[in-house]
Amino acid sequence: MTDETTATDVDVIVVGGGPAGSCAALVAARAGLSVVLLERGPFPGSKNMYGGVVYPRILDELIPNWWEEAPIQRWVTRRSTMLLTDTQALTVDFRAEAWGKPPYNGATAFRPDFDNWLAGHAQAAGAQLITSTTATGLLRDNTGKVVGVRTDRPDGDLHAHVVIACDGVNSFLSKEAGLYEHTDAKHFTLGVKETLALPKDVIDERFGVRGREGVDIEIIGATGGVNGGGFLYTNLDTIAVGVVLKLNKLGSQQQRPEQIIASLKQHSAIAPLVQDGELKEYSAHLIPEAGLKMMPKMTTDGMLVAGDAAALCLAAGIWLEGVNFAMASGMYAGETAVEAVRAGDTSAGGLAGYQRRLSDTFVLRDHRKLRRAPELVLSDRVQHLYPGMVANVVERMFRVDNPTPKPGVRRILNQERKRAGVRRRDLLRDGWTGFRSFG
Amino acid sequence: MTDHSGDTRSHPAQILAPNEWGGMSFQERMATAEFRIHHQAHIVVDGSVCEGCSTRECIVACPANLFIPTSDGGIVFNHEQCFECGTCYLVCNNEGAISWNYPEGGHGVVFRRT
Repeated sequence: MTDETTATDVDVIVVGGGPAGSCAALVAARAGLSVVLLERGPFPGSKNMYGGVVYPRILDELIPNWWEEAPIQRWVTRRSTMLLTDTQALTVDFRAEAWGKPPYNGATAFRPDFDNWLAGHAQAAGAQLITSTTATGLLRDNTGKVVGVRTDRPDGDLHAHVVIACDGVNSFLSKEAGLYEHTDAKHFTLGVKETLALPKDVIDERFGVRGREGVDIEIIGATGGVNGGGFLYTNLDTIAVGVVLKLNKLGSQQQRPEQIIASLKQHSAIAPLVQDGELKEYSAHLIPEAGLKMMPKMTTDGMLVAGDAAALCLAAGIWLEGVNFAMASGMYAGETAVEAVRAGDTSAGGLAGYQRRLSDTFVLRDHRKLRRAPELVLSDRVQHLYPGMVANVVERMFRVDNPTPKPGVRRILNQERKRAGVRRRDLLRDGWTGFRSFG
Repeated sequence: MTDHSGDTRSHPAQILAPNEWGGMSFQERMATAEFRIHHQAHIVVDGSVCEGCSTRECIVACPANLFIPTSDGGIVFNHEQCFECGTCYLVCNNEGAISWNYPEGGHGVVFRRT
């Protein structure tokens, strides 16, 4: 496939100026390739929203000392997992001082800031950023190979050796290329979020942090009859509270997203933390939640897919990551494009290094390891039965019922399991699945 | 903050729970996000297909509450304050009811603090 019949405008077109696209463009441009980075919003990040924490260590090699310049809100030094019932809350709370110092661990950031910053690095490396431009379809040659994209600009066809589709969770380009076998509502969750303004000192006091230290709380049992999860985290002088809702349950339960956030905010464990917060921005976005179960083919002749477009989002309960998978896959897509363009073969065969890179690194290794986790975390038992059972066990362990003597923990466990209607074999099976996934 | 001038749409309570949560109206909630509205709708709903729909999940699931049931059993849609999330076409189980595209480049939702 070295005979490129169509004249190309550039070596690489990257569609989408999110973290995947900017890393792809950065790597390709730095290697000397001509790169166009298309963004449909007025600036990179303007269409992007997430559940709050970015883990940027993958940037170590691309942008040394990224923490000195990245537009972050707070460094997450306190990480909590909270289990709620209507009237109870059980929290596992962890703090690490090391996470507040370089090279840090996770950070909260506004995606419009963070993504825009990262795109700036792609530009500085030589990529041409074109904003306010939607890629409306693929251009193909007579063999079916992808040779460019059509945009909504007048005379907006752009030709390239490689197209890297980083066009997000709805990725119309990968669907057009036939890389998704099917898309199913049950593989997606809807994230909705409120950004609430509070004075910085109030946030510091309520969440027990100082300076740039921040908190991320992940919540289970917070979403009523709809399977999903909740989150609450600190920015500098705002906090964000929201929920992630399984799409195929949302409509059937007749509960509106903002209604579910409202009940979370009224919970006795959450209300004191969010009280008097003034709504600054309401936002919503889809999350590709099903991991390996939904991932498309990521390579075809002339095209690679990265980030949310490739469903590279890890929604595994205690691990909730996406931006890092986007940055890494974008980086590997960029490296692969460089290799293929230099070798003069941008067919699927010439681009095969992408799949190998994903497979050999955390991008697919984490997904393979945790392949059973997304389904387990969103299962009816974990969502609707276990939180109540566990909270009741803990309540009875700590409740002093004198003159009744303390019951043994094993007896409490057994009684509460029965009361919750959980069968012993289901509990053992889920425990085993959890152990195999997380262990 | 928002380009949305003169919200003439009504969000009647209909069959849904009230759109009044957390001490603010749904219109006030949506006004916190910026939308650069394009006159041409990027999402088109064929309300006649919806007449036979028994689930109507889009009405409940759309985070921007843009799907409004009509008295004759159809559904009307307003594209103006759309988050471009994709929920509606994924929950829709009627082939051809929702044609979904991105808005013209530079238009639609503009997030700032999320």
